[in-house]
Amino acid sequence: MEKFTRITGVAVPLFEDDVNTDQIAPVGGGPRLDQNYAEVLFSNRRNLPDGTPDPDFVFNWPQYRAPSILVTGRNFGCGSSRESAVWAMTATGVRCIVARSFADIYRENCLQNGVLPVTLATTDADALEALVAKADGAATFTADLDAQRITAPDGTQFAFDLPPADRMRLLEGLDDIGLSLKLDADIAAWERRTADAMPWMQRAGAE
Amino acid sequence: MPRTLFDKIWDAHAVGTRVDGRVLLYMDRHVLHELHAPHAFKKLQAAGRKVRRSDITFSAMDHTASTRPGHDQSDNPNGKAIADAMREGSRRNNIRVFDFDDPEHGISHVVAPELGMVLPGATHAVPDSHACTVGGLGALAFGVGTTELEHILATQTLALVKPKRMRITLTGRPGAGAEAKDIALRILREIGVSGGRGHIIEFAGEAARALPIEGRMTLCNLTIEMGSRSGMIAGDDATFQWIAGRPWAPKGAQWEQALAHWRTLPSDDGAAFDRDISVDCDGLAPQITWGTDPAQVIDISGRIPDPAALEPGKRAQMEKSLAYMGVSPGDAIEGLPVQRVFIGSCTNARLPDLELAANILRGRRIAPGVKALVVPGSNKVKRDAEAKGLDRVFMDAGFRWGESACSMCAGANGDRGEPGERVLSTTNRNFENRQGPGVRTHLVGAGLAAAAAVTGRITDVRKLMAGGA
Ligand code: SF4
Repeated sequence: MEKFTRITGVAVPLFEDDVNTDQIAPVGGGPRLDQNYAEVLFSNRRNLPDGTPDPDFVFNWPQYRAPSILVTGRNFGCGSSRESAVWAMTATGVRCIVARSFADIYRENCLQNGVLPVTLATTDADALEALVAKADGAATFTADLDAQRITAPDGTQFAFDLPPADRMRLLEGLDDIGLSLKLDADIAAWERRTADAMPWMQRAGAE
Repeated sequence: MPRTLFDKIWDAHAVGTRVDGRVLLYMDRHVLHELHAPHAFKKLQAAGRKVRRSDITFSAMDHTASTRPGHDQSDNPNGKAIADAMREGSRRNNIRVFDFDDPEHGISHVVAPELGMVLPGATHAVPDSHACTVGGLGALAFGVGTTELEHILATQTLALVKPKRMRITLTGRPGAGAEAKDIALRILREIGVSGGRGHIIEFAGEAARALPIEGRMTLCNLTIEMGSRSGMIAGDDATFQWIAGRPWAPKGAQWEQALAHWRTLPSDDGAAFDRDISVDCDGLAPQITWGTDPAQVIDISGRIPDPAALEPGKRAQMEKSLAYMGVSPGDAIEGLPVQRVFIGSCTNARLPDLELAANILRGRRIAPGVKALVVPGSNKVKRDAEAKGLDRVFMDAGFRWGESACSMCAGANGDRGEPGERVLSTTNRNFENRQGPGVRTHLVGAGLAAAAAVTGRITDVRKLMAGGA
C-alpha cells in the first residue's frame, strides 16, 4: 500500500451529509472487470442525463479538476461496501478526506488504500469549511500526518487525532496481510482448539 | 462480568492482537461474490499468497445473475466476463462456486442461512454490506471491502478495532399489515442513517422476539442502513428449530453440543451497552420512504414533510430529494401513481415475503401499465414457492417470475427501471439512480409492493387485506 505522510493541494468542498457510495462510485452502465476509476467518481452527479457535464457540480468546476483533499459532511461513504468508492478518489488524486464523520466500512477502505480520513472538532470543521469556500480552489491546503495537522492557505492550523494504529499503517504503508501473518501460529492454534471444541464450526458442507 | 451477545462472539473469535493494536477476529465462513472477488484473486496471486481455508470459503454468483429463464446472460453484456473470472479464480483456489445452475444458487445472504452454512454464534464475512442479514440467526457478520476480502482469503481473519455495543429494544405489538421491514424503517426514522455508526446493534424486546426467523433477517438486513456494520438478534428456540435439519447444520451428538453452546450466547442480565435505546412498535402502521435516503420514512397514511423549518444546508439537501422523487411537501403519499414494482432482494425475497405478497395478489390483476417483477432470493425459495403454486399466483396477476438473483436491488444484472419511473421496491436502498438513472424508488414491505401493483398507485395494503374494504 502507498504510504501517506503529507499532501498539499486543492481542497474541494462538498458540504453535504450522508454522501453514499452509490453516488461516489455508481455501477453505471453495468459492472466491469477493469474500469477507469477516475471516470467513475461521482459519474452520475457529474453528468446530466443527456451525458453532458453538469456545470453546477463542484467536481466539474475548472479549479477543482485535480483536487487532493475533499472536505465534506457527516456519515461520508455510507451504503454499499464497494471499495471502488475509494479507488475513484485515489485515481482522481484525492488522498485526504476531511469529513464531519465517516461510515464505518468506508473509513476502513480509506485506510486500506493510503487515504487519510480526518475528522476535526466541530468548531474547527466549521472554520475549515469557511476557509475552503474562501480559497475556492485558488490556494492550497496541506494535510500532514506526521504533525497531525491541516494547514490552510492563510496559515491557520487545525489539529486532528488519528488512532496510533491507523497512523502507523498510513505512515509506513504497511503490508496489512504481512502484519497479520505474524500471528500465523496463533491462527493455527485457534483453528486446532476450535476443531476440538466445536468441530462443526471448522468444517462446512454436508457430511 | 456480564457480557453481551456481541462480546461473547468477539471473545470466542479473537485470535490475537497485532502490534498495531488491531485484533484478528476469526471468520468461520467467508462467502465471496463475483463483483469483488476476481479483483482480490488477482491481487492475492500477484503477491504470491494462497487462500488459507478454501474449505470454509464459498463463491456466490448473485449480483450479475440474469433473472431470465435459465439465467440467460444475453441481456447483460459485461456479465459473462465477470462470471468467468469468478469461476476461474474460484477453481484455481479450490473454492466451491454456487453457479447459476446450482440447486443452491441465490443471493448469498439468503443461501447461507437456508443451507445451515451460517449458525448462531458464528462469524461470517461477505464483500457486501448486507452481510448483516444473517444476524437474524444470532451470527456476527461483517460486510467488507475488496482489500479486507483479500486479507480474509489469506488469513481467515479480519483485523479490527472492537466496535461499541448498542441495544435497540423494540416494544409493543405492530398493527395489522406491518412487517419486519416496517419495524426496520420505523427504527431508521428514529435513529437516522448514521445512528448506529461505530456500533454493533443487538435488537431485543418483544417485537423483535415475535418476528419469524425470516423477519429477523429482514430487520438485521437494514442495520447497515442505520450506519452499523452489523446487527443481531440472539438465537432462541425458534431459531434453533428453524436451523434443525438444514443440509449443513450439525447433526446427532454435535447438534446437541452446538445447541448447548448456543444457549449460552444471549446477553447476560446486567451486561452494559454503550448505547441503549428503545423504539415503540405498538400499533405500527405500514411504513414507506418518500425520499432518497432510507431514513426518510413516513406512515403509509402520512404526508410528505416540509423542509421549510430546517437549517439551510439540510433544507437544500431535502429539497433535492423532493425534486428527485417528484413529490411536494404536504402531499399525501398514498395515491401517487406507480409505474413499476419489484419484489425481491436479500431484504424481502424469502418464502414468507412471497407468500405475503401472493395473498394480496391472489385472484387479482396488476393495474394496466404497471410492470411488476418478483425474484425469489434463491433457487430453493423459488422451488419452495413453486411447490406452493405461488409462481402461478404471481404470473396470473401479471408479474414476471424471475430466476433468483440480486436483480433490481442494485441493477448490476441489467434489470432496471426507466428514467422518471416511480418504483415500489422491497429492497434496502432508495439512493438516487440506484435502480437505474432517474428512477424514483420507494422502499416498502412485500404487502405494500403487492398492493401498489394491483391499484397502480401507492396504496395502504390494509385496504386489500382479507376483510378490508
Ligand atoms: S440483493 Fe441487493 S443488497 Fe442484497 S446482496 Fe444483492 S445487491 Fe446486495
